Amino acid sequence: MKVQDALTTPINRRVFTIGAFSAVAAVALSACGANSTASSPEGTDLTASGAATITMWVDAERAPALKDITAKFKEDTGIEVKLVVKDFAAVRDDFITQVPTGKGPDLIVGPHDWVGKFVQNGVISPLQLGDKAAGFQESAIKAMTYNGSLYGVPYATENIALLRNTGLVATAAATFDEVLANGQKTVDEGKAKFAFLVGLDPKQADPYHLYPLQTSMGSSVFGLTADGGYDPKNLVLGEAAGIEFAKKLVAWGDTGTKALNSNITGDIAKEKFLAGESAYYLTGPWNVPDAEAKGIKVAIDPLPTAGDQEARPFIGVNGFFISAKSANALAANEFVTNYLSTEAAQDSMFTAGGRPPALKSSFEKAAKDPIVAAFGKIGQDGVPMPAIPEMSAVWADWGATELALIKGNADPATEWAKMAASIKAKIGA
Amino acid sequence: MTKAPEETPLAPARESAAQAPRPKPPLKAAKHVGFDSLKGIIAKIVLLGLVDAFAVYVMMMLFISASWLVLAVAAVVVLAINWIYLRKGGLPAKYLAPGVLFLLVFQVFVVMYSGYIAFTNYGDGHNSSKDDAVAAIQMTAQERVPDSPAFQTAVLQKDSALYLLFTDPAGTVQLGSADTALEPAPNATKNSSGKATALPGFQTLNFNQIVAQQDAILKISVPVSSDPGDGSLRTADGSTAYQFKPSMHYDAAADTFTDLETGVVYTDNGEGAFADAADNTLSTGWKINVGFDNFVKAFTDPDLRGPLLGVIVWTFTFAIASVILTFALGLFLAMTFNREDMRGKKIYRIIMILPYAFPAFLSGLVWSGILNPQFGWLNQTLLGGAEIGWLTDPVLAKISVLVVNLWLGFPYMFLVCTGALQSLPSELDEAARMDGAGPWRVFRAIKLPLLLVSIAPLLIASFAFNFNNFNVIYMLTGGGPRFTDTTRDIGSTDILITLVYKVAFGQGTGRDYGLASALAIIIFIIVATVSAISFKKTKALEDVNS
Repeated sequence: MKVQDALTTPINRRVFTIGAFSAVAAVALSACGANSTASSPEGTDLTASGAATITMWVDAERAPALKDITAKFKEDTGIEVKLVVKDFAAVRDDFITQVPTGKGPDLIVGPHDWVGKFVQNGVISPLQLGDKAAGFQESAIKAMTYNGSLYGVPYATENIALLRNTGLVATAAATFDEVLANGQKTVDEGKAKFAFLVGLDPKQADPYHLYPLQTSMGSSVFGLTADGGYDPKNLVLGEAAGIEFAKKLVAWGDTGTKALNSNITGDIAKEKFLAGESAYYLTGPWNVPDAEAKGIKVAIDPLPTAGDQEARPFIGVNGFFISAKSANALAANEFVTNYLSTEAAQDSMFTAGGRPPALKSSFEKAAKDPIVAAFGKIGQDGVPMPAIPEMSAVWADWGATELALIKGNADPATEWAKMAASIKAKIGA
Repeated sequence: MTKAPEETPLAPARESAAQAPRPKPPLKAAKHVGFDSLKGIIAKIVLLGLVDAFAVYVMMMLFISASWLVLAVAAVVVLAINWIYLRKGGLPAKYLAPGVLFLLVFQVFVVMYSGYIAFTNYGDGHNSSKDDAVAAIQMTAQERVPDSPAFQTAVLQKDSALYLLFTDPAGTVQLGSADTALEPAPNATKNSSGKATALPGFQTLNFNQIVAQQDAILKISVPVSSDPGDGSLRTADGSTAYQFKPSMHYDAAADTFTDLETGVVYTDNGEGAFADAADNTLSTGWKINVGFDNFVKAFTDPDLRGPLLGVIVWTFTFAIASVILTFALGLFLAMTFNREDMRGKKIYRIIMILPYAFPAFLSGLVWSGILNPQFGWLNQTLLGGAEIGWLTDPVLAKISVLVVNLWLGFPYMFLVCTGALQSLPSELDEAARMDGAGPWRVFRAIKLPLLLVSIAPLLIASFAFNFNNFNVIYMLTGGGPRFTDTTRDIGSTDILITLVYKVAFGQGTGRDYGLASALAIIIFIIVATVSAISFKKTKALEDVNS
């Protein structure tokens, strides 16, 4: 009996282990598989019959904005636009990996700074708006243009501004020093706990949010080419004006006035502003509805300047892109260039999604809302976020260096120069 | 998605092993009889029928999508499954077939595929085949002729040949097709907006007909004049056409792109891209095999080599320390709560297990909040407003990660140790005490060796799990604080798997699946070696005790 046990037990154990493992693996994989099978029938459908549907990948936030216009397209042409809701964090990379297999969607919605990666990987095709382009805000068209070709139809533009809690500070300030002074006064009077709030990532700080301060000191990231696009070969970030900005970061940082606090993440900043603990909050329109819901009276102030130049925020433009391997390219083009570019479509996308339209005539209607108007006015001075694929390397170094400076861990002149050298090495500038 | 199945399958396996010393009832004989019964046969037919029905459906889908290789493999597998289960005898095969099949599909295939990727340059800029890259470059090179007008366009058909009818802004109407040059069409009928829509002898296509023939229509390119500099007319939506002119010319025979403006020639540089003499590459490249380049890069790229060694050392430290700490605490608590005379044991045990019940990534996020230097609960409430950088100081961050992982991991060790302790015969304990051994001696000489027989394999599994414990690191510190001697996003608490993730999914330098796969293979080799050696050691342990 003893001997038999010794023989059978390990086998049983192993069988059980393998069985248990494979059962779990099967469940897990069938869960994974569900996604891919869900999207593949559409792909095959199109190749087989050639016409009935266009597939578009959207994220949950943008999907509702498109319901009306897709219904209208179906009514006019009989072609159904299938909106497949995908996770925003993964949709760009999924699109890049799936398009070459022929299983990707015909269209994708996303911000313009994806264009560089898309073109680098050969997954989107250029398109033509012709005369319609003139109807869009110039910065939106510029943002969607990469290497001289237009790749997307813009539908919304976004930029940051300075939110002011009017209950704490009654009037707008022009310079960052005044902002900090006003903020500090509310802290000294015990009405608030923070002079100024901006969300900083604990690993990367936030070059995007701090960019207006940087541009107001005359420093920008890339030089421009003749046609107005960014020239990745001409990194001007490390120039003297940039080093002045780096010195300011130390002065505002943890070892200085603590106006910029590396411990305040985006979530904490929002929480504190919603709790009325700060008069100022540097953020985008996406946080305004929550603040108003909390009963905070918000004014949208122009971006404060830290130097003698204009504070220019980065502009993010949302738009539609056509897959390079769409099996239904003509219908997709029709939908994107002739439907989504119309005033009616841009109006309805604003009504449902709340993002300021990129089409001028729709924007004017939307600008009846003072908040949209205020953000839009600030955006007119803005510059599109660079879309070149090397940007991810730039953000990482830029952010890490800003963080080190805000923490007061580094000498601004050497650290900033080191960052510029490192970025140059990576992007081959 | 990859982490979840990895953790769960181990759990039942571990538990089964923990209880292994108990002999199983002889159910083999009973099963053997059961198979010949009517119920058994019906169950077999139904299950096999379901499997076959599913297989047929899958094969039909594969047939439609023309994936012949996969179809052939699927057919062979289905035939093999039917043969295994329909024949008499061959009982072991019947037990093993599903397991082996899943092992092949979900483990062996995945490992082989990563192995293949490790030898390619798959990643950003090298995303697809060369044909795709050439097509993409050609598509991008089609530029609209500056200051050229937009043409309103109708699609016409005559004898199954497709024609485009263009109306320029001045109202001039012209007809052209893929084979015929542009010619005036003064007889065209115009609609109210001035767009020519029909021509006698031709049928005008409506939108649905256009869409049905879209591939042919998109290919039509009508030269504007005999001067190629004027470009040619193409339409993308069937209603508007523009003059396009390629800025690049692809010579298929020579396999080169020529920039038509500057005359620069781009040739295949052997690295999956077209490059000119000065090594400026065109933006879209393709995937090629690069041999051992990725492995060489992992150990020679100065940005990667320095941090990589540090990361490997820390990965081992983290994995070993995590196993020792969790095992020590888990065992201690298990012994404590295993006392017969303790009251409220069950409640304590339930509380102990709680950290195990939370998803690790959630706990990681919560802990990173607790440990925030300024706003964290630990500094604010417990330490009275101190600003200790629990997650931002390189050394403290490592300690914090270990402590949080201890918090997450001890319940598991507590569980398995409790199980193993309860399965130890109490006579041994009594006998030792009769012989005059104190509690420490009993633990050292009797309980621990017996425990280790069943728990040592779990410790190895725990090592392998912690070696790849992505959740804790990524959610707690994200690998930070960053090293200062590298421009890559690598930090003091990064372990190999988080490093691989950052390389593969481009936290900083763009995605590089090839390099990430190569690193993954290095991890695999390390874990496999360590596990193999340890299992050999534990076998010796078992021999001594039996």
